Amino acid sequence: METYSWMRQFADSWMLLAMTLFFLGVILWAFRPGSRKTHQDTSNIPFRNETSASDNDNIETGGAK
Amino acid sequence: MTSDYVKLIALALIAVLAAIGADWGRDLAYQVHALLIMAVAAGMFVWVLRNTDEPPRSGVDANGYMDDVVRAGVIATGFWGIVGFLVGTFIAFQLAFPALNFEWAQPYGNFGRLRPLHTSAVIFAFGGNALIMSSFYIVQRTCATRLWGGNLRWFVFWGYQLFIVLAATGYLLGATQSKEYAEPEWYVDIWLTIVWVAYLVIYMGTLIKRREKHIYVANWFFLSFIVTVAMLHLINNLSLPVSIFGSKSVQLFSGVQDAMTQWWYGHNAVGFFLTAGFLGMMYYFVPKQAGRPVFSYKLSIIHFWALIFLYIWAGPHHLHYTALPDWASTLGMVFSIILWMPSWGGMINGLMTLNGAWDKLRTDPIIRMMVISLAFYGMSTFEGPMMSIRAVNSLSHYTDWTIGHVHSGVLGWNGMITFAALYFLTPKLWGRAQMHSMAAINWHFWLATIGIVLYAASMWVTGIMEGLMWREVDSQGFLVNSFADTVSAKFPMYVVRGLGGVMYLAGALIMIWNMWMTIRGGAKVTAPVGVPAE
Repeated sequence: METYSWMRQFADSWMLLAMTLFFLGVILWAFRPGSRKTHQDTSNIPFRNETSASDNDNIETGGAK
Repeated sequence: MTSDYVKLIALALIAVLAAIGADWGRDLAYQVHALLIMAVAAGMFVWVLRNTDEPPRSGVDANGYMDDVVRAGVIATGFWGIVGFLVGTFIAFQLAFPALNFEWAQPYGNFGRLRPLHTSAVIFAFGGNALIMSSFYIVQRTCATRLWGGNLRWFVFWGYQLFIVLAATGYLLGATQSKEYAEPEWYVDIWLTIVWVAYLVIYMGTLIKRREKHIYVANWFFLSFIVTVAMLHLINNLSLPVSIFGSKSVQLFSGVQDAMTQWWYGHNAVGFFLTAGFLGMMYYFVPKQAGRPVFSYKLSIIHFWALIFLYIWAGPHHLHYTALPDWASTLGMVFSIILWMPSWGGMINGLMTLNGAWDKLRTDPIIRMMVISLAFYGMSTFEGPMMSIRAVNSLSHYTDWTIGHVHSGVLGWNGMITFAALYFLTPKLWGRAQMHSMAAINWHFWLATIGIVLYAASMWVTGIMEGLMWREVDSQGFLVNSFADTVSAKFPMYVVRGLGGVMYLAGALIMIWNMWMTIRGGAKVTAPVGVPAE
């Protein structure tokens, strides 16, 4: 089979399926149990870190609250 | 330091090579650019020489972040904004009054050369600087760490300004590869690639050493913008220079492949430069100004993935009724229509962030600017999918409707969110309590909004009118109108459009004055003391 036809066939079958599944997987992953707490914490990131501790310090990260 | 000696040798070599290039150059644009690079290299040589063996400056602010480059970016954004709006307003009047294509300024000052100067100045100079500076600001705050890469940030900032100057002077002197929004010639493209990779490296480096466990959604949008623009830029600019001493190059693709590559680039420049990047700004500045987290973090995740999965396919809608195969143009049309959903999801997410804080709309002009920006994002992302439908496109394509659509998006969405970001950042970065004049922000808001309405409305009228005039046939099947008939019928709308541009420009000038007064005057307020992570 010539390159064009082969790539065309691959693109509108397996590749399409793979990308659709990946996309659906991402959405499902966003709704996984326990995600609410993580998302709440992550969405509050803009409201901390007004200043940065010096690079040597080890500050508590937000995820560990 | 040894590194200074290496720098001096390199700069001297660049200056000499540029001098040779200026002498051997085959065309004016190349020669002027070579002289420019020679002057820059010579200037930097003196600068490095004077700073050799001096203690290095850390560039870290009292708050622990590297904000000096962000301050420079704020000023550059304001400066290039005025340049871009000014040129845009001027060429709008050139279309209404062709005598403004002055005879004495030919060929440099004609519409054909000024138009790419306008588009590149507003998109890449104004928009690009806004994206780079706000991404540098946001990535530090959301990662709780300063920028990675030390002085590389200044290479990105100044390298990007050099790219803008090379591109702009090139257009005026006639160096263009005639690809819309990708006009710069080969050596300017190569330079931008180097600068962009440095930008990516800084951004990735900062993300990697972050102190927050999760990567905040704004950074996802910025990263996708940086990575995708790099890919688009490389593939759309595959070309072979005719001579290493000339600006002319030849594209590797030809015919419909070239057209498809160009509009794959062109539409994703809209999708990833003007949408994803600015959404990164939106997802940080809107929650910050509203004082409450984004409405739904889940929705922002879905917004992100849906946007990047769908946008990349939408390009073929620029090529309806051309040599492009039907399946490809149908594909582009279908994906453009599906794209409506994530776009509105994002708009709703931004607007609903104000849920419970709607009163701020009355009292806070910056919030008002963000809301109008999201409203225009919603309007233009509805109009766009509609125009991508083949039947609608047969009327709208090649008319001023397209220009009106683009401007409601860029003036409304990109412009307004950038103004809001500048109003947010200027007092913070220079340690002031707030902008010098809140009333001036109000004036800016109304001048810009009415300006956009005049612009978009006049372009709808003139676009649909000329589309209908072009397709009007008499009972014998002959076309009723000549092209010149449509041109003369458009005159009043062109004047209205120009006036809309004047208002938008006037609003931006008020902002520059306001920024100037904020930076120069007023009492210093100490930077807010950090609230420790809970």
